[in-house]
Amino acid sequence: MPDLLLIEDDAMVRRGLQLALQRHGHVVVGAETGEIGLETFADRNPDLVVLDLMLPGIDGFEVCRRIRRSSQVPIIMLTARGDDFDVVTGLEAGADDYVVKPIQPTVLDARIRAVLRRAVGEHDGVRVHGGLRIDTDSLMVTVEGAEVSLTPTELRLLLVLSRSPGRVFSRQQLLEQVWEQGYLGDSRLVDNGVMRLRTKIERDPASPRYVQTARGFGYRFGPV
Amino acid sequence: MAFVAVTVLGAGVAVWAGVRQASIALVESSRSQQVSTLVSQITAAAPSVGYPLTQQSMDQLRVAAGPDALVVVDDRESGDGLLADGSEAVPQRLRKAVRGGSGRVSTQRVEIDGSPWLLIGTPVMLTDPTGARKSSGVEVYVARDLSGVEEDVKALVRSAAGAALLVLPFAVVIAVLAARSVLRPVGRLRTTARRLADGDLAARSAPMGSDELAQLTHTVNDMAASLQETMAELTRMEDDARRFAADVSHELRTPLTTLTATVEVLHDALAQGTSGPVEDDVRESAQLAVLETRRLVRLVEEVIEIARLDAGTADVRREPTDLTAVVHGCLRARGWEDEVEVTGSPVTVWADRRRLDLVVANLVGNGLRHGRAPVRVALSATADEAVMSVSDNGDGVPADVLPHVFARFYKGDPARTRTPGSGLGLAIAEENARLHGGTITAANAPDGGAVFTLRLPAASEEEG
Repeated sequence: MPDLLLIEDDAMVRRGLQLALQRHGHVVVGAETGEIGLETFADRNPDLVVLDLMLPGIDGFEVCRRIRRSSQVPIIMLTARGDDFDVVTGLEAGADDYVVKPIQPTVLDARIRAVLRRAVGEHDGVRVHGGLRIDTDSLMVTVEGAEVSLTPTELRLLLVLSRSPGRVFSRQQLLEQVWEQGYLGDSRLVDNGVMRLRTKIERDPASPRYVQTARGFGYRFGPV
Repeated sequence: MAFVAVTVLGAGVAVWAGVRQASIALVESSRSQQVSTLVSQITAAAPSVGYPLTQQSMDQLRVAAGPDALVVVDDRESGDGLLADGSEAVPQRLRKAVRGGSGRVSTQRVEIDGSPWLLIGTPVMLTDPTGARKSSGVEVYVARDLSGVEEDVKALVRSAAGAALLVLPFAVVIAVLAARSVLRPVGRLRTTARRLADGDLAARSAPMGSDELAQLTHTVNDMAASLQETMAELTRMEDDARRFAADVSHELRTPLTTLTATVEVLHDALAQGTSGPVEDDVRESAQLAVLETRRLVRLVEEVIEIARLDAGTADVRREPTDLTAVVHGCLRARGWEDEVEVTGSPVTVWADRRRLDLVVANLVGNGLRHGRAPVRVALSATADEAVMSVSDNGDGVPADVLPHVFARFYKGDPARTRTPGSGLGLAIAEENARLHGGTITAANAPDGGAVFTLRLPAASEEEG
């Protein structure tokens, strides 16, 4: 039973989504403000956070940043606007995925399950590429001996890319394999995920060594 | 430039007229001086001449008249110098004038050996003791050299021409300056009028001076200001209306989120029958609630999308996109694969994949709703453009509706049964095509059925 925290200020929406998500088998705890949400997060340590961006007091972007300071928990943003500015800012604040209101609960459930599945990697032992060491069993990643903590999305992105060093993955392929999104997925998810992964594993994210850009096509791992 | 030319030409004409006037005056004064000298010479000599004239007294009179003189009495002559040949040397016209005139002095300008001469002729009049004047029958002619006067005139013309040449540059400069001060405001006014006509309602002309031109400039500025004000007001009202639609739609999203979540719960619960036996009408009601909520969601999404397109804030992320792949992806994502035939070769366009999907979905969806399956999608490409035509098997679009198919919420016939479409789909498709520099046209195929044709510029155009 995945434990979800739903931070949403509108009581009706909060209750409605709670009812629907519970029907899909989730345990949902609601919080009506960002402050209450952060307290509840600290208390319950949920498996996933569904976060509305427009909140009274501290807004969703700030809540996202504060959670990311201490946790790699999957975060799905809930935006009423779907404006591109919101989406990009939210992804930069550390969200893994976003959905636009009004969202069908079946779609939200699928996204939640996809994000939660990301922690599950391939169990083929230890991959070593230069100073980067990926243990696919313990899901531990170290750079030059120092452990880096990746969100499930970042970890899965790294696992998918490093499985075939040198192979170019299109954004579409990565959307399907990492985010489990189909044909209409937003390629900015990929670009933003790569960007955040680079800041964690690359010595110089501006000239990456591990996750390289194949201009006009997508991304590839190494070859190192 | 024409203004400058006219100004300089006018100055030239004035100089020329002045010179001509001066020359005429010069010639005239010389002539009257010569005449009065001759008259006084003859008057002085006449009393000492005895009558009737002998050859000797004729010579005496001739000498008194100065060099180049001729005295004629009936058929006797006494000539000297240029007039030594006698009356042969005097033009007939002058002789006639002297003889027929009532004692007046006559003159004629002649050319002799290339130099100008003035011939003066006068009859000698006698005054009898009663005071009556009568002709003595004596005629005196003299020739006077005019080359001196001619020289003076030439010198005058030369100096005038010299002065004119010296002054010409100044004249041109002054003409240009004058042209500017008069023509520049006119030019500026014309530029302002043109900018206003082109839609730049902020265009104004700075009035200079207080003449009619300045008044006209003020009037044009006032007109532009009131036009701008009215347009601003209209734009503001239009913006308000659009923003209102967008705001309302945004506000609707929140309750729609609750509605979408809860009707799904209801629907699932009833479908799974977990709450015991359910009456048919309850089940049907839940089904309708789900369908209508989805329709409402779609309508709200489309109104927001239209508002975004109108406001020009629609985000376009272009990349090389395989149109064929988009068509297949669109059909697969919506479960339309069995009802649609796709033909043609792979076509790459420089486009936003998600927006292109919207266009395909709207065109194909429209064909499926209004026409009959199978809907056919045909793809082709030329060097300049990619073409996708979507045709259906229906009865086509009525001729009176055809020009309005892309209009928002257009209802061809209010009595016609409403179709499940939102009324915005084709408008959104068209706006998206335009966003990519393309077009969508609607027509009917010769054998019935509607044909919508999307044309997009070829990929190579903006890829680099």
